[in-house]
Amino acid sequence: MNKRNHQIATQGVDYLVIWLYAILVAIGILCIFMVEYRPGADWFTTFLNGKTNYSKQLIFAGVCAIAATFILLTDSKLFTAFANLFYLFGILLMLATFVIGKNINGSRSWIPLVGGFNLQPAELCKIFAALALAKFLSRQEVDFTKIRSQLIAGAITLSPAVLSILQHELGLALVYTSFLIAMYREGLPAQILIIGSSFGVLVIATLILEPNILAIILTVIAALVIFLLRKQIKKKKKLLTVIITIWLICVGVQRFVVPYIFNNVLECYQSTRIYSMVGKEYNCADNKKAQDKSNTNKPVRKPDDYNVRQSKIAIGSGGFFGRGFLKGTQTRGKYVPEQHTDFIFTSLGEAFGFVGCFIFLLIYLFLLYRIVRIAERQRSTFSRVYAYSVVSILFFHIAVNVSMTIGLFPIVGIPLPLISYGGSSLLTFTVLIFIMLRLDADRQMVLR
Amino acid sequence: MPVFNQSRSRVIQFIFAGVFIAITGQLINLQLFSSKYKLAADNNAFYRKVIYPDRGIIFDRKKRGILENTISYDLVVIPSEARGTDTATLCRLLNIDTAVYKKRIRDLIFKNTSVKPSVFEALLTPEMFAKLNENMYRFPGFSLNERSVRTYPYNVGAAILGYMAEVDTGFLRRHKDEGYEMGDYFGSTGLESTYEKVLMGQRGIKRFIRDNKGRLQGSWENGAYDTAAVAGSNLYSSIDVELQQLGEKLMENKVGSIVAIDPKTGGILCMVSAPTYNPNYLTGNQRKKHLVEMMYFDPRLPLLNRTLGTFYSPGSTFKTMVGIIGMNEGVIDDQFSVSCGGAYYGCGRPMGCHAKGTFTLKPAISKSCNSYFAATFRRILDNGKYPNRDSALSAFNQYAYSFGLGKRLGVDLPSEKIGNIPTPKYYRSIFGKNWQSCNIISNSIGQGEIATSLTQLANVMAIIANKGWYYTPHLIDSIEGGDEYGLLDKYRIKHKTREIPEYVWEEVHEGMQGTMEFGTGFYAKVPGINVCGKTGTVENAYRGQKLKDHAFFGAFAPRENPRIAIAVMCENAGFGATSAAPIASLLIEKYLKDSITGNDRKAKVEQLANMNLIPPQMKKQMAQRDSLRSAQQLAAAKKAARDTSGVTEAPEETESDSATIPGKQQPMKKGTKKDTITKVALLPEEKRKTNSKRKTTA
Repeated sequence: MNKRNHQIATQGVDYLVIWLYAILVAIGILCIFMVEYRPGADWFTTFLNGKTNYSKQLIFAGVCAIAATFILLTDSKLFTAFANLFYLFGILLMLATFVIGKNINGSRSWIPLVGGFNLQPAELCKIFAALALAKFLSRQEVDFTKIRSQLIAGAITLSPAVLSILQHELGLALVYTSFLIAMYREGLPAQILIIGSSFGVLVIATLILEPNILAIILTVIAALVIFLLRKQIKKKKKLLTVIITIWLICVGVQRFVVPYIFNNVLECYQSTRIYSMVGKEYNCADNKKAQDKSNTNKPVRKPDDYNVRQSKIAIGSGGFFGRGFLKGTQTRGKYVPEQHTDFIFTSLGEAFGFVGCFIFLLIYLFLLYRIVRIAERQRSTFSRVYAYSVVSILFFHIAVNVSMTIGLFPIVGIPLPLISYGGSSLLTFTVLIFIMLRLDADRQMVLR
Repeated sequence: MPVFNQSRSRVIQFIFAGVFIAITGQLINLQLFSSKYKLAADNNAFYRKVIYPDRGIIFDRKKRGILENTISYDLVVIPSEARGTDTATLCRLLNIDTAVYKKRIRDLIFKNTSVKPSVFEALLTPEMFAKLNENMYRFPGFSLNERSVRTYPYNVGAAILGYMAEVDTGFLRRHKDEGYEMGDYFGSTGLESTYEKVLMGQRGIKRFIRDNKGRLQGSWENGAYDTAAVAGSNLYSSIDVELQQLGEKLMENKVGSIVAIDPKTGGILCMVSAPTYNPNYLTGNQRKKHLVEMMYFDPRLPLLNRTLGTFYSPGSTFKTMVGIIGMNEGVIDDQFSVSCGGAYYGCGRPMGCHAKGTFTLKPAISKSCNSYFAATFRRILDNGKYPNRDSALSAFNQYAYSFGLGKRLGVDLPSEKIGNIPTPKYYRSIFGKNWQSCNIISNSIGQGEIATSLTQLANVMAIIANKGWYYTPHLIDSIEGGDEYGLLDKYRIKHKTREIPEYVWEEVHEGMQGTMEFGTGFYAKVPGINVCGKTGTVENAYRGQKLKDHAFFGAFAPRENPRIAIAVMCENAGFGATSAAPIASLLIEKYLKDSITGNDRKAKVEQLANMNLIPPQMKKQMAQRDSLRSAQQLAAAKKAARDTSGVTEAPEETESDSATIPGKQQPMKKGTKKDTITKVALLPEEKRKTNSKRKTTA
């Protein structure tokens, strides 16, 4: 039995993913080292003394290695069996933050643990949400083509997101939208994605173009469509109403909905970040929340795009081959805020340039494709949905994080998987990946 | 196990690839095609520190440093680290109160942030440095930084050595590509200014990395790209500092100037402009205050270099030239004689003269006979050799130009004035086409429109000593490490006057020696040395009010082998023989014999040094300055000086600047001949005649 267990534990494990995982964690520690390093310090002792961030990250990596080994040694049935329980536990933890939460950097989403470490339940909840989604979709009676099951799946993923928003962690909340990719794979109608992306395009167009010009463009498009489809419209009068309705909705969105969202829903700094991404300036005096604040407090403080600017300078100054290991001036001068966490990519971009960034992104892409392949070779729906959830979460983190450092996406505080400093984040991704590997290792044996 | 959605995995992979390509595209854009980010990163991170080299030292002819460097200390503070400072003690040591302390710290934080070091108190006095240095442990965040400042060990030569000033925007505009930055100091006047390029040396650049708060993190690439500072070159001047000291001592309480030249080389031996000031007065932390005070509120105009920044009628000293030109033109010879009965009547109106009798050239020079030179001058102008007086005067002027008059000599000091040698054109515009020699008869005795600076006069003496040639007078003989910019080239060119035969020079020398032996310079004899000299006494008026005469004396010695040519002038000193001539004689003795020997000569030094010849109108102005009203002006101007950082103009601008201050009397300098000249020259002829009734004696 023992011998068999051992074989189970090691057989069929996808070592390629483990290697990629190890490489990325190593790169991560190196990047944090680059950020923290000061000339003259003895790097060897500082690596071991546990006081610097890279030293701490090394300890986290050790803890994660133990956790990973532990997961690989467990039985994969455990995860299917306890998926819902885990999810419930995660939600409870998140609710607990409202009571015993600790305020770090303005968001009350941390639970203090022993030894000065803090845990962010919203991070862990990604795993539990992935497990719960997989559990739900793998149930025999669930037919994902039905609206009802789609709504339930949506509720499973969105509950932690709503709690995150209440904790002022917009970035973490956005991560839960990445489950859409997994759901899309399981049969979510493509229209939802198309409508969603169309809305995104419309919002961006609203930001870039003058309202009247955009309205004219939309009208011209609508007229063009009617002209092209005039024969079909003659046959089906209903088509005309559909087109006109879509046109009305589009104009309504660009005229009223988008300004409403920016002025009334979002905070001033969030609007500013989104505007600065498209190279425009947002007037905070229009913002309702800023107005409310300014009525009670001082005049509206205008946040600037210092972070993005410095981040772009750091990456841009890398050039083709980079400035060299430990030679980045932006990094050494601490010009990029939060460089060891959310903006860790900048240290890489500055030190190793385009070549380094490209190779680094290729490693990521390779990991993503590998996981997609793993997902597709699963026999059980649970494993496949789970693997897709993992790849979606990873993809979303990477895409959003890298895009925001190079100015393609507004700044939201989400870490770069396996690279950014932070125990919670590293542990979450480790557990996510290794549960998937455990499930993958058992793909031949378990049929659900 | 629904397989019907399997194609969607492709779609997902396409999405991944698409986002990956978009990110790569932006990376290419940022890293490969935008050079501005690299530049922005460099601007962020590099701190370029200029390392100032020591300025060059100026030595005198015996290699004694007359302008050196010394170390002074600035009290520097990093406000963010100064929280635990014993403010009360610091304020007590600096003699300020805590309110001032707080205000200064606030200003520094505003100007230079609280994390960067800023100068709290510049250029501490040695006592203050000693007191602070003992107590530095009480003042965390404060430190004493040394810096190199100028010092003048002999306390002399203010007018020639000049002073340093902080660069202003105008200066930066004019010297765009020479590496000056705001806050730098440059040589503003005197030799400091002329030889700025050489003295400043080559600045070094150190590159440091700084962090987001502007704190330095260490050198960039261990200083691989730094350049070292190269110290400024030393200058060797022809000044004899002991002579300079004696000259400044003798000119105490007088207004005037001395220029002594080595006729063999053109090197200036001493150059005194009185009243002067101790040059160290403009180096300490009270520099600006002192400068403003001297520039705007001292009627004695100590910043004016009277040796070449002003010009006067040369008076009788000019007669030597008239004699030389007359002989060379053949209008007189050594037998030509004029008898004088106390005045020159040749032009109708008598021109007074103290010496009576009949003179040939030699005694005419010795006794300074007006009539003789008036007659000579008329003969030159009415010379039949020339078709008209215009060309005769032009010929005369050619001589004058070749003697270095009426043009800038090119002395290595800024703001040299040209003086005036009036042209025929100028007289035609006043007297019409048919002007007569009598119209400008005053010129014959060095008055009228003729004007020279004292340096030009000393140079004339050198030319006479050399019998017809000169090197442009200059202060700097050589530059250590070679004359890279060719600054000294023009002082190596030998200038010659119009061809003048030996016997003419001998004749004039004889006359000038006679001056010292039995003539007007009798009281200025130097025992044992054959001195050739010529006195001059110049009438002058200030705002129509006749003042005491200016005393001039020009000389060279020894006659056989001239080693020194000297010109001395004392404004409003009266008869030239009592002040200017003895001063010159003492300086000649000092230079040729290396010391003043004999008790009566030494007593003469003290007597002359104590002689107070400050003109009464200047005394009056000084008294006015000291009155309450002036005190108020001072306070107001101090405020103005604080408001405008650039108070340091060249002294040549002093005139106009001081004139713009309302309620202030016209400065003394206006009382020189220049003022009357312009007025007289523009008057109609009848008025001019009555006005130009000048009496010149000596």
